[in-house]
Amino acid sequence: MEGTSNKLFRNIVHSFPLILLFFLVFTGFDLSFFLYEANYFFNFIYLVIFYWVLKKPDTLGYGLIFFAGIINDVVQNFPIGISSINYLFLCAIAAFIRTRTLLPSLLYDWILFFIAILIVSSINFSISTMIFDIPISYGTLMSSSIITFLVYPIFAKIFSVIYLFSLEQGNVE
Amino acid sequence: MAVETGRDDFIIAIRSAFLKKGTRQKFSLFTLLIISILVLSLEYFKTGPVDKFRSFTKDFIYKGSFFISVPFVFIKDQYYSFQDHMSMYEKYNELKDKDLKLKSLENENNFYKSENQRLKKLLDEKMLSSEDYLLSKVLLDNKGPYLKSVIVNKGFNHGVRLGLAVKVESYFVGKIVGVNLLTSRILLASDLNSKIPVIVEPGSVNAILTGNGNNEFAELEYLPKNNNVNDGDIVYTSGVDGIIASAIPVGKVFIKEDKKFVKFFVDFSQLKYVKINN
Repeated sequence: MEGTSNKLFRNIVHSFPLILLFFLVFTGFDLSFFLYEANYFFNFIYLVIFYWVLKKPDTLGYGLIFFAGIINDVVQNFPIGISSINYLFLCAIAAFIRTRTLLPSLLYDWILFFIAILIVSSINFSISTMIFDIPISYGTLMSSSIITFLVYPIFAKIFSVIYLFSLEQGNVE
Repeated sequence: MAVETGRDDFIIAIRSAFLKKGTRQKFSLFTLLIISILVLSLEYFKTGPVDKFRSFTKDFIYKGSFFISVPFVFIKDQYYSFQDHMSMYEKYNELKDKDLKLKSLENENNFYKSENQRLKKLLDEKMLSSEDYLLSKVLLDNKGPYLKSVIVNKGFNHGVRLGLAVKVESYFVGKIVGVNLLTSRILLASDLNSKIPVIVEPGSVNAILTGNGNNEFAELEYLPKNNNVNDGDIVYTSGVDGIIASAIPVGKVFIKEDKKFVKFFVDFSQLKYVKINN
């Protein structure tokens, strides 16, 4: 009985990024806060995908990220496929950085994450406005990208604790 | 930090990122990107089997999303219920101090309603407003910075059509912007893309109510230059678009820094059931 519950716990810890990703896309949950009467938010999904594809690519399969994008588009009422493209490009950039990096550091990841979200946001903005005529507030998109960049180290630290914990659990196995 | 240099390495890294499959990956990124582009291109098919399939998929995902959100909706409801409970005494005193004269107001309202219908008949004006409505349950409420919309559990099969007005009690909430077989999407009046033709009373000033992403108020646009819109004026739907029924109360005008805003009558954060005007 104890063995089964331990195994279940280990599986939950191992699948944490996947559970978190699907929770975020299914519920349309966003982390936003009010400051000086303005609503600021950051894209938590970008953080999750970038961090875990960079650090532990086996946890989040590309196929599942593609499906997460489809669900996000349906829930958020975007043209179906647009989020999948954004997420997959983010994966490609994270995979590229992983291949090119010999000694990873948080600062280096942080700066490259900013470049990554700028590229992905540009792709998102171009497809939305030029192909589908969806009016996106450029200011909101930029502010959300900058806030997402600013909060990256906090979540990277939290995720790294979870990552180390999942490695420990893996070693116990 | 150490990054390898060299053009060949750069190309190899790009190729590896797009084409290499991980140990547990079934598809490469390149394959999935192509599939995503194909899926995105299907958006151009607005009718036929592709649209039916899309509608079915959306229904399925909305239902899934509804079930996953149940615990969080419960927590949110408990929070609002607690807040209501805390402010109960204050509200009770507020209501006690008011002289409501509800019965006489109701009679007056019924008189004006019937008079209005009779006059409209005389003018041969198309009646958009109707007492028939479809009571719908809110399945999901997505209120991000871009999006202020809700999903309800009535769709094409129940007779919902695009553009229909949606109310809570007698107040305007938004309009139907997407219809699936069993579900529909309502664009709230607070959404960035929402533009509702309205009339400001007294004075019968026509304007467009434009959502700005704020849950509490929206902006009045396209007002005549010399208008006499004042603080406290009431805004109703004008019905000039020929789809949304006229005379649905939307909110109250307030002026801030020479701009005219409308404070909504409805609290968009607590939508549970809505009425879709048939």
